[in-house]
Amino acid sequence: MALNTNKVTNIFTSHHLKACYEKLGLPRLIISSFLLALFILAFVMKMDITILLSDSLARIGMNGLLVLAMLPTLVTGVGLNFGLPVGFVCGLVGGVISLEYNLTGFTGFFVAILCAIPLAVLTGYLYASLLDRVRGQEMMVGTYVGFAVVAGMCIFWLTAPFNNPSMIWAIGGQGLRVTITLYEHYSKVLNNFLAFKLFGVTIPTGLLLFFGLFCWLVHLFFRTRTGLAMLATGANPMYAKSSGIDTRAMRYTSVIISNVLAAIGALVYAQSYGFLQLYTAPLYMAFPAVAAALIGGASLKKATVSHIIIGTVLFQTLLTIALPVTQTVLRGTDISEIARMIISNGMILYALTRNERG
Amino acid sequence: MADAKVAPKTILKKEPAKQGNKSSFDHVLSELSVPLFFALLCFAGVVAAGLSPQFLVNEIITRLARNLFLVLSLIIPVLAGLGLNFGIVIGAMSGQAALIIVTHLEIGGLPGFLLAALISVPFSVFLGWLTGLVLNRAKGREMVTGYILGFFANGLYQLVFLVLVGTLIPMNNPKMMLSSGIGLRNTMDLIAINRALDRALFSSLKLGPFAIPWATFLVIGLLCLFTSYFTKTKLGQQMRAVGQDRHIAEVSGINVNRTRLIAIIISTVLGAWGQLIYLQNLGTFNTYNSHEQVGMFSIAALLIGGASISKATIWNAIIGVLLFHTLFVVSPLAGQRILGIPQVGEYFRSFLAYGVIAVALALHAWQSKKHAASLQAAQAEHLPED
Repeated sequence: MALNTNKVTNIFTSHHLKACYEKLGLPRLIISSFLLALFILAFVMKMDITILLSDSLARIGMNGLLVLAMLPTLVTGVGLNFGLPVGFVCGLVGGVISLEYNLTGFTGFFVAILCAIPLAVLTGYLYASLLDRVRGQEMMVGTYVGFAVVAGMCIFWLTAPFNNPSMIWAIGGQGLRVTITLYEHYSKVLNNFLAFKLFGVTIPTGLLLFFGLFCWLVHLFFRTRTGLAMLATGANPMYAKSSGIDTRAMRYTSVIISNVLAAIGALVYAQSYGFLQLYTAPLYMAFPAVAAALIGGASLKKATVSHIIIGTVLFQTLLTIALPVTQTVLRGTDISEIARMIISNGMILYALTRNERG
Repeated sequence: MADAKVAPKTILKKEPAKQGNKSSFDHVLSELSVPLFFALLCFAGVVAAGLSPQFLVNEIITRLARNLFLVLSLIIPVLAGLGLNFGIVIGAMSGQAALIIVTHLEIGGLPGFLLAALISVPFSVFLGWLTGLVLNRAKGREMVTGYILGFFANGLYQLVFLVLVGTLIPMNNPKMMLSSGIGLRNTMDLIAINRALDRALFSSLKLGPFAIPWATFLVIGLLCLFTSYFTKTKLGQQMRAVGQDRHIAEVSGINVNRTRLIAIIISTVLGAWGQLIYLQNLGTFNTYNSHEQVGMFSIAALLIGGASISKATIWNAIIGVLLFHTLFVVSPLAGQRILGIPQVGEYFRSFLAYGVIAVALALHAWQSKKHAASLQAAQAEHLPED
């Protein structure tokens, strides 16, 4: 955000303008102006901007951790973690276990996280050992491993030995439902924690604090010895190796951290949404997260926590307000889904086709 | 491999099998291992499902005719080293755009089908050219880029047919459009060209109890001939050289980018025609979904047939479609008979489709990494001072 003040003071010199443009990058400029245009439209159409802002804040907190999960693998050069569903389903399994024992409130939420973490570490290790064998094709392999895991888990949901009647199909008595409501369990525990209203805008304090906490932890982590070793691994693997860093272990660690973040992110997402979505719902979870990270300015070679935060804020605000605004303006035609597809995939394409080092 | 790179034009089809005389049997076995595994799986599925053989054979004939053209359209990019062309989704979209135009003009039967095939060509050539340009900017990441490009194009496709039709593009056809007058309906009835190609020739000539779509198989046969002829032309050989090693091809005077562009354009055009054949057989299509799964299912079929990211033949395509679609037919029933839940079979089927692609991609990346390492080791031995 310091960038913007810079921009204002020096905007009149073309030299600085160009430097600023280069730092911001074309895509972020386009997305920001698109966002601004939507807000102006909403204002002109006399829409309730406080609701739009409340929803945007909730969506930012809801998706933030999933985007943050992109960071470790980007930093160590493993690339965009398209295998996000691998961690995501671990989170869902944790959530379902906590539901099976009818745990409610924060107990339910944290027990779900505690159940999910060991699973995510284990699957993360297996996933990392696969990715390590397919260096250079991690993204494509990751995508399809994610898909295969989601499809395989469909069979698990259908046959798993859960008995809590609120989760299984009412008819037949076997197999979990497609969406399980969390209303009586831990729906919105984070959203409602210390939530307050500011000029009519609901601030989901707990949710944003939770996201902020993890951003801070990850930020601190990259200051530690291991974190710095990871940065070196991504920046120059040969150099890192010759200075005694076990680059392979660093890549493993980054995938495992990413997987754990995805698992926790899945639960944050579910509690904010109010439902656990099983079966094929996690299939395309990775794509919005990838797009958000890239919109924030992360690239295949460089990524920081601030990229993640900026990207999540921009992308999620855009998605949240695009739907009501375009619906009001275009009278019922919903282009938000189309805009989401074009923007998120266009963003990923932009990142993939940039001629970067290596 | 090292020798092959120096003289790309002398490479023959069976080159990999000829290497390493002592392990040629192992090599053949490892090459056939994927189709053999799936053949066993199919056999188990057929036994478990307990379908009547006549129904099964009939179903498989239909599905061969329906899908084989699409799968064959993947072969040429593999040859040119572009890997599996996830971008045929874009070809499929061009085919559908042409089909929408023909349906709007209310031209039916074989003429309608042929007109659609003709109209799809400019679309698919242009879009294929754009795809090629993008893929040339993402060398080494063609597959993931092509895959995302498919999604991106899908967004644009929806923008055109859901928002722009009826607003920017003037069109008035209540039969095809949503009641609001903007955008096309979700499903498109293709009664006019339903099975237009399948029934074009000898439609009454049956082979025993089975109705055979003779004309479709004729077209597929022509594509097989074209593909095998194409690999022997100068351009085909150049593609093979590019596929073997871009840098050496560049040094020996081949315009690598142009060759890759042509490969993608051909594949996109064939993908459009393939989608037309697919849809005329189904007789109806989901305006916004029919193309989505095309890339994945075709690629899974090709890989199950024993192809890899760097090598694919016509036989891989034929065997792959045969095995993949047999599994497709039998797995829901097998799931029901074994576990009592029909959905298990369906999920198992998509698990297989995703899983086989993941495994094939992983195996390929793994092998090429090992290969590169052994090549490096060999070079290090020969040139100690380097």
